[in-house]
Parts: sequence; C-alpha cells; structure tokens
Amino acid sequence: MTIAVSILPEQQLATLNAAYSRAVARRRWRLLLGVALFAAALLLAAIGAEVNLRTLFTYFGNFLSYFDRILTLDSGQRVWTDVGEWLWGWRKWLKMLGETLLISYVGTLIGATLAFALNFFAAENTSPAPWLRFVVRRLLEFARTVPGIVFALIFVIAFGLGPMAGVLAIAIHSTGALGKLFSEIVENADMKPVEGIRSTGASWLACMRFAVLPQVTAGYASYALLRFEINVREASVMGFVGAGGIGQELVVAIRKFYYSDVSAILLTIIVTVFIIDIATGWLRGRLFGKEART
Amino acid sequence: MTKPQQVDTAQLRARYPDVFDRPASARLAAPAMIVAALAILVYGFVDLDFSPSRFFSGLSQLGWISLMMIPPDPGSSLPIYLKALGETLSIALLGTTLAALFALPVSLLAARNVVPSKILRFPVRRFLDSIRGVDTLIWALVWINVVGLGPFAGVLAIAVSDFGSFGKLFSEAIEGADQKQVEGIRASGGSALHEIRFGLLPQVLPVIAGQVLYFIESNTRSATIIGIVGAGGIGLQLAEQIRVLEWQRVSFLILMILVAVAAIDFISGKLRFAIIGRRAVA
Repeated sequence: MTIAVSILPEQQLATLNAAYSRAVARRRWRLLLGVALFAAALLLAAIGAEVNLRTLFTYFGNFLSYFDRILTLDSGQRVWTDVGEWLWGWRKWLKMLGETLLISYVGTLIGATLAFALNFFAAENTSPAPWLRFVVRRLLEFARTVPGIVFALIFVIAFGLGPMAGVLAIAIHSTGALGKLFSEIVENADMKPVEGIRSTGASWLACMRFAVLPQVTAGYASYALLRFEINVREASVMGFVGAGGIGQELVVAIRKFYYSDVSAILLTIIVTVFIIDIATGWLRGRLFGKEART
Repeated sequence: MTKPQQVDTAQLRARYPDVFDRPASARLAAPAMIVAALAILVYGFVDLDFSPSRFFSGLSQLGWISLMMIPPDPGSSLPIYLKALGETLSIALLGTTLAALFALPVSLLAARNVVPSKILRFPVRRFLDSIRGVDTLIWALVWINVVGLGPFAGVLAIAVSDFGSFGKLFSEAIEGADQKQVEGIRASGGSALHEIRFGLLPQVLPVIAGQVLYFIESNTRSATIIGIVGAGGIGLQLAEQIRVLEWQRVSFLILMILVAVAAIDFISGKLRFAIIGRRAVA
C-alpha cells in the first residue's frame, strides 16, 4: 500500500520535497518576521509609554486593595452589610443619573435630527451635487473623529459649565456617527420608487419624502436607539470635564478618596447602563422584529 | 338592505374584536410616541438650563474661538507634541495587546462549546459585562490612583476596559467555530487541551487577529481622550492647551490627532485585509 507514494522517481521526489520545504520555510520566516516586528513595536511602545514593570508589581496589590477599600464603609464593615449607609446619597445620585439620561436623550435626538437633515446630501445616490456631497461628508467625518469629550472641553468654555455643553458635544458627535450610518442606509435603498416619483415631475424634496423616506425610517430609528445606548455611557463621563451628569459626582468621589461612594456610584452607573441596554434591546425587538436585536 | 348589513357588522365586531379595535390604537400609537418624545425633549431643555440667550452667546463665543484657531500653530512645542503622539500610539498598542493576551483564556471559559456548564459560564459573562459597563475614562481615574499619573495608567486603563469587550467578542468567535474539527481531534484521542489547540484556535485566530487590529484602531481614539484625566499622551497636552486658551495650539493638536487616526485606520485596514482576506470585521 505504501509503495504507491514512492513510485515517483527519486529525482522528481527530491525537487518536490525541496519545493515543499522551501514553501514551508518561507511561511515560517514570514511568521517569524511578523512576530519579531510586532515584538519590536511592543518594546518601542513600552519605552514610549514609560512602562515600569516594577511599579506594576509593587502597586498591583494596591489595585486589588483599592477594590477592597471601595467596598468597605467608613465604619470598617463591608458595604453590603449596611446598604442604607452605603447608598446614603441615593436621592442626589438618582437625580444626577436622571440628568445623565436626559443629556444623552436630548443629545441623541438633536444629533439624529441633524444627521437626518444632512444624510441625503451625503449619500451617493441622492445627493443633488457632487461638491455638496464632498463638503457634507468631510463635515460628518470631522464631527465623528474628534472625540465627544474634546468637544465638551471646548464647549464648556464657550457655553459655560453645565449640562448644556455636554448635550451639544454629544449631539455633534452623534451627528457625525449617525450621518454616516444613515447615508449608508439611503445608499442601500431601492431607487425604483425614486424614478417613479421623479417621472411624475416631482421635486427633489418630494422624491426624498415619498420614495426614499418610507424605505429607510425603520433603519434610522434602529441606529438612533443604538446610539442612545452608546451615548448613555458617554454622558456618564461628561461630568469629568464639567459638562454635567453623574460623572461630576464620580470624579469628586475618586479624587477625594470617598471610597464607598465610588463603589456606590459605579454600581448605579453599571445598573443604569444594563437597564438601558436591555430596554433598548427590547424596544428594537418590538419595533423591528427579532433580527434587529444585535 | 341596510338592516342586515348593520347586524352583520355588529356580529363581526363581536366575533373579531381584535380586528376592529386595532386600527384605533395603531393610529394613536405613532402620534402618541412622537408627542411623548417631544415632551421629554422640552422637559430636557428646561431641566438642563437651555435658554436661547445662552445658546446664542455661546455660539458667538464659539465663532470667536474658531477664528482664533486659524492658522493652526504648534508654537515652539512641536517636539513635545510629537512625543505625546508617540505616547498615545504606544498606549493604544500596548493596552490592546495586553487585553487580548489576558482575554483569550477567559473567553474560552465564557464560550458555550468549551465550557458546557452554565453555572461556570454565567459568572464569567456577568463579570465581563460589568467591566464593559464602566467607561475607559473611569478605569483611567482608578488606575491613576493606583500607579500614579502618567501613560502607564493609560495602558492599564485601556487594557482593563478592552479585556471586557475582547472577552465577549472572542467567546462569540469561538462559539461560531465549526465543531467538526474539534470532534475529529477528540475521535483521534486528543485531550481537551489538544481540542482547543488544534481544533479551535486555527479557526478563531484569524478572526481574533482582525478584531485586535480593529481595536488598536479604535483605541487610538480612546487613548487620545484618557489623557484628559491625566493618563498621559496627547490628550493631556490638548486639555492643558484648552484650559489656558491657546487656541492655535489646540487646533494644531486636533489636526495631529485626525491625521494620526487616519494613518492608523489606513495601516490597520491593509493589515486586516492581508490577514483575513477581503471580508472586513464589523
């Protein structure tokens, strides 16, 4: 049975073997080279980021004991033994959480409205003029790439401290992100209804309203809900730069070492994020069927 | 003729109440939702201290700021900014790599086809979910308390927050892997570790590599902002220049970030295609 393999003449076999081992060797080399390059990049990065393993090992205990400390009340007991004492500021925190949710809601709605107004100009198939598409696309790209918190930092100076800066920062960032997604939906829309409506002599606006819009609203709403979910997380840190919401309380608690408050506020944030995730997932499932629930 | 029809309608109404009642509620649902959404919006405007005068004065202020940003000018601190940018890229690369290294074994524990026991999987999943529920900036603040100000805290913050996301994504990739190869290994007498090494990993590694590259890309953005709370990198410079109102430098820094992000996008896009072929990772 095994003879069948060695029927090839010695010479031919040798060339084939050589070719095979060369191919394998080349693949190994390439892999090795890739790994070496990656390791070199990591090493360079480690130097650049001032990584100090000794600091890490000395302080890693601190990281664990930090969690130990934030789970301990001033009286030395574990937090869950006295929930009333742990969540002493729940009235204030709930109010701030409500503010956070409002910030993300208003921000998402403004952002979605602006994105809605702009996306028809950014989509390949509906844009009235190429230069307009170019300008709108660059604008959306800018709004999307600059992080929301950088906008917040600048807006805090322009509009003053408070939630208004946070709302506008979230609105601009959402405009960029949603504008791109919305225009992609429009690009995937069926163009036959548009032709039908245009053949009746309708204006561009009427084409958008009666041919494109009915196809895309469900997708818009689904993406806007997803964005709301993301924005809740983002709004929870807007307070770090003075732009309103629960982040303000958290940063004070962390900086001033109010340990049990840190864990209490983190808990409320995590629970809120969970609830919002589940609620929007449920809402998307109800509105757009099961397949949209991702 | 009219009388029998009326009787018919009444009967039909009685027999199929759902069909007759639905239009009314369905008609009301959409306007009611819109009214509710607008009501919350108006309440939000009032509660969050929106006022037209504040908005327009802020807008004119913003106009002035934008005017002062032109032209972008680094002043004499270009070398410092370049170094900070390098720091940011280092933070993104190291943080993502660390997260991937630690997340791989944990994601095996969270995958249904590796660990069939729900009791073991459930806590691992909830643990990963809680880590993901906390924003990177918050992790950065926590790590600054532990290892002090500087880029190292940023690396650890990105590593921890990505650990949560990677754990979830990797475990989903593993669950999506083809079971037949694993069964083949088991049939030839391989141990559980053999099954993972020779049955699962060859299938999931390309997917995982694509995701890691994608995260390095998105972490370049995250790494620019964690500097704002003091965790090193270009965000630190940006926040400082904004606070001292050096607008020309601010616009230069923002431009630098935009260019760097675009460059990383480009490179990692090429690498991703080289590793996993044309199908992009979402």
